[in-house]
Amino acid sequence: MSKFKKKKGGDLPAVNTASLPDIVFMLLFFFMVATVMRENTLKIENKLPSADQIEKLEKKDLVMYIYAGKPSSNYKKQMGTEARIQLNDNFAEVNEIAAFINAERATKREELIPFLTTSLKVDKDANMGLVGDIKQELRKVNALKINYAAIQGDVSKNKQ
Amino acid sequence: MAKRSAPEVNAGSMADIAFLLLIFFLVTTTMEKDSGISRKLPPIEESEEDVIIRQRNIFTVLINGKDQLLVEDELMELKDLRAAAVEFLDNGASTNADGKSCDYCRGKKDTNSSDHPDKAIISLKNERETSYAQYISVQNELVGAYNDLRNRRALEIGPQRGFRDMNYLEMVKNAKDVKWSGNKTKLKEVIDQIKLEYPQKLSEVQEQ
Repeated sequence: MSKFKKKKGGDLPAVNTASLPDIVFMLLFFFMVATVMRENTLKIENKLPSADQIEKLEKKDLVMYIYAGKPSSNYKKQMGTEARIQLNDNFAEVNEIAAFINAERATKREELIPFLTTSLKVDKDANMGLVGDIKQELRKVNALKINYAAIQGDVSKNKQ
Repeated sequence: MAKRSAPEVNAGSMADIAFLLLIFFLVTTTMEKDSGISRKLPPIEESEEDVIIRQRNIFTVLINGKDQLLVEDELMELKDLRAAAVEFLDNGASTNADGKSCDYCRGKKDTNSSDHPDKAIISLKNERETSYAQYISVQNELVGAYNDLRNRRALEIGPQRGFRDMNYLEMVKNAKDVKWSGNKTKLKEVIDQIKLEYPQKLSEVQEQ
């Protein structure tokens, strides 16, 4: 009679998780290959404007970044609410740009220096006074190739 | 005596280790590719003699502190800017510096507007209070005007040179694309010719 004994209890068999590491490793390799290391931690708000006539910047190693925008909420108390420049990981003044560019140039091979591009990542709420000052500073150190960073989108999105 | 098999290594924590690495990479890396509007700033050394440019060859665009547009001394909406710039650049009333007239222009040949795309300059002025978003919008429309003209020209001369149904932007994209199979030297020649026919002459000034 014990041949058809009811199976004990209602507990489910354990799910086989042997392939879980494989799946996670696959994801890991995908992210390792498809991404690049983040360079700076932003201390400012940085909502880029939209534009539809944009070009992609090739060669990420030949790009220098200058960020500008209002200090983000954590830094509002110290830095105020006016738009500021950020170089590397710190807030900076306009006159520090020249030193920054020279320091960046020093890390690159000499023959690559003419191909260096400065990417201006400016918040769309900033005003042109600040951008004009940055441009003037860049002209002084002869870093003439610039790129106004923008995201793909219609210009009508800029009006908010 | 039967051979004892080696005990199996417990791989249960492998997933945890892999997850840890995965999360590290997710946090420390970025994926987005940088894109934007490329410009070249003018060098700082001021030349002694001022180059005399006829007023009709300059298309002035002023963005004031309230983000209003003043184009050739008239108020204009942003959406009309591109058409106005195309009309100005493509006018072709007279000849370029070498005395050649613009045989590819389709403009009105108005004598009060630009002589030749080669001579036509767009001057973009802004004030300190101008918002960056508006400035980029205007830059975008002006670059768009140049691209429209170049696209049109590419569709005109492309088929004769063996590049059918390809506008200027596609040409540039293909020239950079390693996977594109086609004659790249020939394509670059066409691109250079179009660039020469509609050169991008855009000057940026800030009024203090």
